[in-house]
Amino acid sequence: MGINPSEAQVEVAGLNIRYFRGGSGPVAIKLHHSTGNPGWMSSDDALAEKFDLIVPDLPGYNQSDRPVWARSVRDISILMKSFVEELELKDVTLIGCGLGGWVAAELATMYDAELSNLVISGAPGIKPNEGFIEDQIMMDWEEYVQLGFSSGENYLAAYGEDAAEVYKELWDYSREMTARLTWKPWMYNKSLEPLLQLVKIPTLVIWGADDRITPLTCGEQYSAALPNSSLQVIENAGHCVEHEETSKFVELVSEFIGG
Amino acid sequence: MFVGYFTERPYQDKSSGYFGATGRDLTDLSMSNRDYDPKLGADLYNRYLDEKVFAEEMGFDGLMLNEHHSTPFCMGGVMNVEASILARITQRAKIVLLGNVLPIWEDPLWLAEELAEIDMISRGRLVTGWVRGTGRESVAHNSQPPFNWERFQEAHDLVVKAWSQPGPFRWESDHYQFRYVNPWSRPYQNPHPPIWIPGVMSRNTVKWAAEHRYPYVMLATELGPTVESFKYYEECAREAGYEAGTQHRGYLWKVHVDETEELAEATARKYIQGPSNPFLEGNQGNVRSFIQNLPGLTSRTNLLPTSQVASAARARGKTDQLKDAPKSDMRGTFEEQSDKMGIVYGTPKTVIPKIRHVLETLRPGSIIFWDGDGAMDHDDAMRSLRLFGSDVLPAVREIGKELELDSPFDVDDEIPAGYSPEVVAAAKAAEARAAAAADAAGA
Repeated sequence: MGINPSEAQVEVAGLNIRYFRGGSGPVAIKLHHSTGNPGWMSSDDALAEKFDLIVPDLPGYNQSDRPVWARSVRDISILMKSFVEELELKDVTLIGCGLGGWVAAELATMYDAELSNLVISGAPGIKPNEGFIEDQIMMDWEEYVQLGFSSGENYLAAYGEDAAEVYKELWDYSREMTARLTWKPWMYNKSLEPLLQLVKIPTLVIWGADDRITPLTCGEQYSAALPNSSLQVIENAGHCVEHEETSKFVELVSEFIGG
Repeated sequence: MFVGYFTERPYQDKSSGYFGATGRDLTDLSMSNRDYDPKLGADLYNRYLDEKVFAEEMGFDGLMLNEHHSTPFCMGGVMNVEASILARITQRAKIVLLGNVLPIWEDPLWLAEELAEIDMISRGRLVTGWVRGTGRESVAHNSQPPFNWERFQEAHDLVVKAWSQPGPFRWESDHYQFRYVNPWSRPYQNPHPPIWIPGVMSRNTVKWAAEHRYPYVMLATELGPTVESFKYYEECAREAGYEAGTQHRGYLWKVHVDETEELAEATARKYIQGPSNPFLEGNQGNVRSFIQNLPGLTSRTNLLPTSQVASAARARGKTDQLKDAPKSDMRGTFEEQSDKMGIVYGTPKTVIPKIRHVLETLRPGSIIFWDGDGAMDHDDAMRSLRLFGSDVLPAVREIGKELELDSPFDVDDEIPAGYSPEVVAAAKAAEARAAAAADAAGA
């Protein structure tokens, strides 16, 4: 533990994209939730023990420039495709959590030349056959982040009784970018699900059994639509499954890559 | 001086439990319309229309309407319907809409048509006004808040062009696209109805209004900050190359007149009872600030600031804090508002000097008295309107003359307040072309 990641920037379509990089092994990129990149987390340490892990701020989030023209998650996916190319990455395992999973899935439908594996967890992007994807606009954003965890204790373990100002600022700021990318419809793109059949690379779909943000139905729909995929449901975990059940999450990803 | 009359048209249902000490929670956007009684709605809409007609009889120059959505404090969700009826059943008063929420219109061309019809039916009595809306409005009609300001400006540009330039033309802006703009209706007034911009404190809206020479109407703001905003308008006007005057200033505030001091006070207290606007201090309602300050509704920088920003603090709607917050002390806040002249009440004799003080302090050319609101009933509203007509309005007009408070309708500016220089120039050029064509045809 205790990986000290480097911080760097790369220019994509005239925008500076910031990323952290640490660890060793096959290359993996981890894309963050709609609440922004909270920085190098302990779950990143765990992944970096297995991977050369790259954790970017998605365009418009944190310290990455805002593409003022972007109107969809697919726009962000196109930029992230160029991110992979600019860094000359090969055989990438693309891991997307929450909104980052949607970005990853969109990216995989249009580009898999340098991708070897796809992992998505708690990803919106598909209209659930039952229920709705939770609407963070109609609640206080601290309340929303809490909903991302299966229990109040797990949220407290991650962010404490009163989350640090830097996190609150991040959540508030991030939802503005999210609202620029997805609003109507909220958190899905009707043209993604039919295109998922184009994804040929192996895909692992991980879902927290208690995901209160993106219903498990979405995970089942992703798994059904992706030709080469399997669904793993982790008990006692919510939307932020990588934070709540880090070792299980990393174990599943490692097994998946190793297999 | 232009004097208007306004009521926010609250949904007053005394059986709902929202009134008085029943303690029923009045949190914005958390109240279900299962409580809505259309029969009561019918009575209230007709009552408010009747009061507007009576306000005209009593001598008011303008009848103001406003628009909010999904909320009991204002029944004007479709203000243009009320305005259309007033256009037909009133004779003289201006119909002042402050205002339509431009960014939530998916089809602003439809709005241009509606307003043009209202202007025609009223034979040129429409004063049109436009706002960006609160978060509630964006939620209610699902309009993307980060683009609110862009949509406001684009919709404005489209509507003004549709009114003032001959069609057909094509329109392609970031948020609005139309292949054929040629509404078969044009405003009665040439080149269009005057545009007023109501607002609170938004600096960029003040600046934008000043640049367009649109009068800025401050809505029930405290006197000190209102003076500051008017000063800022003047600075922006100077930068835009003109001197702003009283015709560019409007002010709306609460004034209730009654037969005795006791009755006036008892009735004025009703301003802050029941489902009246929870955003105004002293009201019983709670605001959920994370909805009011939707992401991107206020301008931000492109990069996450490293230190806490004020807008983030404002947007931090803590529901728990709201739950724990003590209910407003109505007595205290009523008196505070009264002390600050936010609520003015009394008999004509005591009310007139207070109005004079506000006029001397702010020097607005247009004022709008906000009455008959909160828990006030029809009788309360009518008593006040009668006294406005018999005593207050004549005195206020004299004060207006003495203080030289000219409204946009009192002065003959080359570029009248309510019109942008570009539109005025284009209208004049079009008139010149038409005259030349007529001459040529005659020759």
